Amino acid sequence: MTVLEKFYQRDIRALSRIISFVENREEGYRQLLGELYRMVGHGLRIGITGPPGAGKSTLVNRLVHRFVADGKTVAVIAVDPTSPFSGGALLGDRVRMQEFPAAEQVYFRSMATRGATGGLAAATDNIAVVMEAFGYDVVLIETVGVGQVELDIIDACDTVVVTLVPESGDAVQAMKAGLMEISDVMVINKADRPGSENLIDELKSALHLQKRDPDAWQIPIIATEGINDKNIDLLYEKILEHDAFTRNNGRFDAHRREQIKKKIINILRNRFQREFLDTLAGQVSFEQIVDDIYYGRQNPFQVGEDLYDAFGRK
Amino acid sequence: MAEKIRVLLAKPGLDGHDRGIKVIAAAFRDAGMEVIYTGLRQTPPMIVDAAIQEDVDAIGVSILSGAHMTLFPAILKEMKEKGAGDIILFGGGIVPDEEIKELEALGVAKVFTPGAPTEESIRFLREAVGKKKSDEKIM
Amino acid sequence: MYNKKFLEVLKSGLAEWDKKAAKFRDKKSMPRFFTVSGVDIDELYTPDSVEAADTEEYFQEQLNNPGEFPYTRGVHHTMYRSRLWTMRQFAGMGTPKQTHERFKYILAQGGTGLSTAFDLPTLMGYDSDHARSLGEVGKCGVAVDTLADMEIIFDGIDLGQVSTSMTINSPASMLLAMYLAVAEKQGVPFDQVRGTLQNDILKEYIAQKEFIYPPRPSIRLITDMMKYCTDKVPQYNTISISGYHIREAGATAAQELAFTLADGFCYVESAIDAGMDVDAFAPRLSFFFNAHSDFFEEIAKYRAARRIWARHMRFKYNAQDERSWKLRFHTQTAGCTLTAQQPENNIVRVAIQALSGVLGGTQSLHTNSMDETLALPSAKAVLIALRTQQVIAYETGVANTIDPLGGSWFVEAQTDRLEAEAEAYFTEIERRGGVLQCIEDGYFQRELARSAYNFQLEIEKDERKIVGVNDFVLEEEKVEIPVLKIDRQVELDQVAFLKKVKAERDNGKVQATLAKLAEAAKGDGNTFEAMYECSKVYASVGEMCDVLREVWGVWEESQGAMRVS
Repeated sequence: MTVLEKFYQRDIRALSRIISFVENREEGYRQLLGELYRMVGHGLRIGITGPPGAGKSTLVNRLVHRFVADGKTVAVIAVDPTSPFSGGALLGDRVRMQEFPAAEQVYFRSMATRGATGGLAAATDNIAVVMEAFGYDVVLIETVGVGQVELDIIDACDTVVVTLVPESGDAVQAMKAGLMEISDVMVINKADRPGSENLIDELKSALHLQKRDPDAWQIPIIATEGINDKNIDLLYEKILEHDAFTRNNGRFDAHRREQIKKKIINILRNRFQREFLDTLAGQVSFEQIVDDIYYGRQNPFQVGEDLYDAFGRK
Repeated sequence: MAEKIRVLLAKPGLDGHDRGIKVIAAAFRDAGMEVIYTGLRQTPPMIVDAAIQEDVDAIGVSILSGAHMTLFPAILKEMKEKGAGDIILFGGGIVPDEEIKELEALGVAKVFTPGAPTEESIRFLREAVGKKKSDEKIM
Repeated sequence: MYNKKFLEVLKSGLAEWDKKAAKFRDKKSMPRFFTVSGVDIDELYTPDSVEAADTEEYFQEQLNNPGEFPYTRGVHHTMYRSRLWTMRQFAGMGTPKQTHERFKYILAQGGTGLSTAFDLPTLMGYDSDHARSLGEVGKCGVAVDTLADMEIIFDGIDLGQVSTSMTINSPASMLLAMYLAVAEKQGVPFDQVRGTLQNDILKEYIAQKEFIYPPRPSIRLITDMMKYCTDKVPQYNTISISGYHIREAGATAAQELAFTLADGFCYVESAIDAGMDVDAFAPRLSFFFNAHSDFFEEIAKYRAARRIWARHMRFKYNAQDERSWKLRFHTQTAGCTLTAQQPENNIVRVAIQALSGVLGGTQSLHTNSMDETLALPSAKAVLIALRTQQVIAYETGVANTIDPLGGSWFVEAQTDRLEAEAEAYFTEIERRGGVLQCIEDGYFQRELARSAYNFQLEIEKDERKIVGVNDFVLEEEKVEIPVLKIDRQVELDQVAFLKKVKAERDNGKVQATLAKLAEAAKGDGNTFEAMYECSKVYASVGEMCDVLREVWGVWEESQGAMRVS
């Protein structure tokens, strides 16, 4: 029996194996994804993002238990950074994911970024597809959270929860970081710490200032204490509300369609880039070109145009 | 892209002595591996379930409570029952030579005793994973 | 003290020496000259190495005489000339009955101090019949499920006459509650009950990891218990603030010092916040440090600890009672330095470590057994460990004079260095929002993991030699490890006994008192009083812990703890 056949029989090992297959981009992974893509329905994909130390893992853990209590099956992807020096990674998110039911109900997978910088690994959205194809009702994705802006999450999820803590700065910083744009639900976690009320007030007035369509979704700001399980029910409710809201007004479909479009463009871009560079590699000496530019005989803009004219216009 | 070694490190038993396993985790990471650390007080079913979900090449456990002759066999049994017998199981702890032989006969790939340099375990893991071959067909 | 002339002579002498020494510096006996904590050490220390050492401020504020603030040279005026340190050997025993017999034996030999080690299920708040307890019951200490076990342990032992130390943390209050319940049954007034509870939950999160609940409710348990004891059990030492485990988990000397004292200050602040008067509880706080292998660094560490504690207690927390300023401590030699290879070498390590504790002015000392990296210590190894202390006390002459290394330029410079490093850590901890927040964010755990990893790398780069491990190895050494036989009967007996107790007790009362405990935990009632009521009707440690788990949840190590840079 092939691994894929076992996968169709809901074998957990097969699921794990296929995730690795996709993650490692092994020979034939695109074909396999194509196969699975047909099975993807419209399950809920939730992203949890925020700076380091925001308590994302704890929130994920709490939310998983809420979904399970409602009879849902959940798959979680937790992304951690790959060390740029060694290429290795220390994936520690499982530490906070104890006492989960069997994998058929809750499946948890750690991923390393392997060089990607947008908060997810390059393969994260594909793996969400695999999980959904396997039959999980909900896919929860936790971003790296190393501080930089992690925008990939919007293209991988339907509902994005941005998590901040009182010490992660003021509302202005949050706005500059683009967090307001990507969030569907805002959480101030560790709200028992000093400064939380201030931050909430600031965020509220910042949101208020933004011009918003009155019919649009109003971003809720929720003060939680993940460790003490405080206000998690409210967070859970708001996530479901956002889901229902976007499904009812067509926003959900529009967003998914947008994601599909981006995905196609992405696939094309990667494909063209790879092919074009491969073609160039055989025929052009980059060393020579760099020399020319470095010593002022040429400039990069002209070189780009010339190369494209010579090799790209097929 | 060359496949990365994925290894799960777990600490079974009720005690909280995680100094050694954290040193190993950092050493493996610095050797370019992806290390999944599960934390303390893991039972054999928890360890094997995690290993399956993470699709790791190897499971490493640190056992300092003296319960190695119970825990290693329990993990092996769990692996077999869940169809994960091909994952490499290794560990570290205070284990006498005779018992190391016994454990290796049961299917534990390697047991490191205190004072073993991290380089040795890195070398071991690379070799063991390199030898592992899978002939399963994906589709 | 140092007049101008002296300084001139010193400077020119040093210049001369430096010129001559330069010729020999190409040759190095070791790749690096650094402490076990990774701190580089100068070639020579001189009067110039100690800042302002010739001023009266230095003498009064940094040093002073023994028994005088800031107690750098010792907390007592006469130190070991009046009373040697207490040679306290900690031991674990299987069933309550075995522990009882051991205690009776110790008392018959004239001992008055009892020390109790508990098994892992008890330490983690699981009853002996819990699935997680399988194979662990009675193994590295005694199993205590209910008051019935405590009654067996202390049967016929007058709790008004003995002092009992109990090494337990997360469920510490429950064990003390049971101990007091025994005292009440014996008719011993609580103000005569003496002993020490380890009860230091903060270092559990940082290092030893035997925690149950999240940090904040755990602190609440401690302040509730301190309130109760300050009122009713005034002779009881409520916390032994422990750096030992922090060091064992990989800390440097400065980290051990800083994190332990920071924990101490956190307890002080919590108790003050809970409405207690600092001088009502601070004299009952004591410390527990590690004696590692770097001889002078360790001595400097103990001296710096006293000075820092005294200053903070007096000036920051406004304690008025001198007893609140004095840092008293117990020392244990470093288990993590003992090697499985050539285990007899461990006797030497322990002796040198123990000596540093004595020269650092410890109040009590435990010396490890040479074979404990291999298995539970043999009787012979335990005896050698005790004899080591006696040799130090009676043969070496080190107890003849107080703080014999005081005034050593090297030791004073290291004492100042460690104090400065600790103060830098206090600032950093404060900046990160305090001890609890640092625990929740995994800061301490990360720092320790980093130090432990660095230490390992130093060994692997051959910058550090560990005798018998990475050098001076015996090729043909075959380590004989005595196989630890697990006596399953201990567990079976204990489980059967627990079953019997649960069947015979008044379960209605148990449920009622447990409900009251839940109520206290949810609200602001005193949880210690509630636990005392639970204990008296034979509610088990596991049942009480479950009630609190339900209310407060359980703690898993912060993911931040893994973010090793």
